[in-house]
Amino acid sequence: MTLTAHPTTSLPAVTPAPAMKRIIILGATSSIALEVQRQLAYQGCELLLVARSPQRLAELQVDLVVRGAQQVLTYCADLATIRQHAAVFEFARHSFPGFDTVLLAYGSMHNQKESEGSVDVLLEELRVNFVSATAILTPFAADLERRRTGCVAAITSVAGDRGRRSNYVYGSAKGALSLFLQGLRSRLHPAGVRVITIKPGPVQTAMTDHLPNSARFADPEQVARDIVGALERRSPDVLYTPRVWRYIMTAVQQIPETIFKRLSF
Amino acid sequence: MSGQSAATLRRESAASPLIKRVLSWGRYPKTAHHKVHKPAWNDQLPDILRDAAPGSLLPYGLGRSYGDSCLNAGRELIDCRRLNRILGFDESTGMVRCEGGVSLSDIIDVFLPKGWFLPVTPGTRFVTIGGAIANDVHGKNHHCAGTFGAHVRQIGLHRSNDGLVICNADENPDMLRATTGGLGLTGVVAWADIQLKRMAGPWIDAESIPFQSLNAFLDLSRDSNDRFEYTVAWLDCFAGKNPRGIFFRGNHAADHGKEFHPQRGPRLPFALPAWLLNRYSAKAFNTAYYRIHAAKKGAAVVPYDSFFYPLDSIRQWNLLYGRQGFLQYQCVIPEANLEAFEELLDRIAASGMGSFLGVLKQFGSAPPAGMLSFPRPGLTIALDFAMRGERTLKLMQSLDEIVQQSGGALYPAKDARMSPALFEASFPLWRDFVPYIDPKMSSSFWRRVTGAQ
Repeated sequence: MTLTAHPTTSLPAVTPAPAMKRIIILGATSSIALEVQRQLAYQGCELLLVARSPQRLAELQVDLVVRGAQQVLTYCADLATIRQHAAVFEFARHSFPGFDTVLLAYGSMHNQKESEGSVDVLLEELRVNFVSATAILTPFAADLERRRTGCVAAITSVAGDRGRRSNYVYGSAKGALSLFLQGLRSRLHPAGVRVITIKPGPVQTAMTDHLPNSARFADPEQVARDIVGALERRSPDVLYTPRVWRYIMTAVQQIPETIFKRLSF
Repeated sequence: MSGQSAATLRRESAASPLIKRVLSWGRYPKTAHHKVHKPAWNDQLPDILRDAAPGSLLPYGLGRSYGDSCLNAGRELIDCRRLNRILGFDESTGMVRCEGGVSLSDIIDVFLPKGWFLPVTPGTRFVTIGGAIANDVHGKNHHCAGTFGAHVRQIGLHRSNDGLVICNADENPDMLRATTGGLGLTGVVAWADIQLKRMAGPWIDAESIPFQSLNAFLDLSRDSNDRFEYTVAWLDCFAGKNPRGIFFRGNHAADHGKEFHPQRGPRLPFALPAWLLNRYSAKAFNTAYYRIHAAKKGAAVVPYDSFFYPLDSIRQWNLLYGRQGFLQYQCVIPEANLEAFEELLDRIAASGMGSFLGVLKQFGSAPPAGMLSFPRPGLTIALDFAMRGERTLKLMQSLDEIVQQSGGALYPAKDARMSPALFEASFPLWRDFVPYIDPKMSSSFWRRVTGAQ
């Protein structure tokens, strides 16, 4: 009988992790963020959740407090709307001072075909996934740099590692965000602020449910475990999750363009 | 974020005839579904219910029902597993409000460290609150605590025609009784208030006692039910009408400070070849199991998870039965008809088709919490049969005859093949339940046993 070891969920950790205490989640109602927050709650972290729906935020707040979070603040904002960003940052600075980690977890994935036919859809995709993301991260990064502490983490995608026929608009927005984070990392390094680029492979989330084979995608709980692990440790700078995607993408990047352009995936 | 456009996309993809294979725990029958909705928030349920065709939907949880009661072949499912938030908890009373997709495992992980435990738990922790209500599940404490439904104080039920309906003892009490054991047909459990119970720690004072006849089991059971909160027996189903078995009984132990490590088990990676589990290997397993437990009989303090959930330690144990899957047979027979019960055991032993999971329990006399609740006074036995086609079904039909003649009943959560006549005999009140069914809901099981469309 072949049996493979499988990690089971265990009782929540009793001792809070000392490394991170006060964490801001931008896009708190996204599928991956939900799992990350739950695991942070078990560790007794303090959280500030930013998302659009007041009702969903209220439900999340109770859930995370019962599960062990020390404190959960919520703030309603549409992060895709850049003029709301100043208020988000001000709220964080005044009501959640001394925060040490910012995790950007929102994103959108339109149907690629739509953005090929409509410049509006194309620009919306770039605006949500790239422009607004860099805009909201900028004041937070400056604040952490000034305080010479903490960590900026953002969820991009393996789709940003190479432009593919079927998904290059989403991919280019996420790839641009990865580049932005790369530069930001170098800038914040002297101040001792970490920048983590999180590149998940396909994950079973509300964003991917409509895709074929979505049942085979990674479990968000596993992805969240990797993310929380990366937030706790000093490495890596770029997290591929599940880890196998580091090797897959290394191989994919080796394929010569003359062959790659003929591939339809 | 672009939730709206993603929603548009999901609606479009609904138009394509996607065939989603969803299986129940027995992996029989193999069914295809037209669509599986995966709401992550309660506020998405009204749209799903409104847009659906009549009789097209069924809520689905962790898929631990064995047969077809959690399936809706050729139609749609609402996968409720992402509706898994705890919406409130009163530390002074132990009342918890949680969404329908919260698992019992999750409840234990969150509340055991706070000193609370489930009032009733089935033999697996991997079921949802919605599923526990829909099947009005029972556990080893049925003789003193009744079913899970007896501890549900209030339900918020999403219905397609009248929105969120609050059901409790004062408001819509009939809908509460219909939903408890209602097989998911009355609507989607948005949230439920469950009364947890105090528990000193994760330990059980357990005792195991070998027995060698049905009467010996009954004596043990009657003698233990007053003094022990939990009683159940394992039975060697190859032994016939004078079965040997091991009687397990236990109470919560006072916390004695011993360090507790949750069990971490292996996982079956794929369906094992069907020939591995045959009458010889199953017989050998039963003999070995009996001898090992008989040898270490006596009292011990054991962790709660190995006492309540021995099978959960092997993830996906249902793959043991091979690709064809298996059927479970769980019936209850009134104690007055003990000969009928012996006859049942005889037929199972003679068939040589039983397997290693024979579970025996004497139900208590608590009144049923729901209209279609299965537990009732009598002896209940649950047994697995590997699916081997016609001869497996024939054996089960011959067991049906005994159950029906003796005034017994079969458990819908375990069933994939009972006849409409046996369903009627088991649940004579089912026609009273029909008006409470949500017009958008149906299931493979319901269509099979009632002829509904």
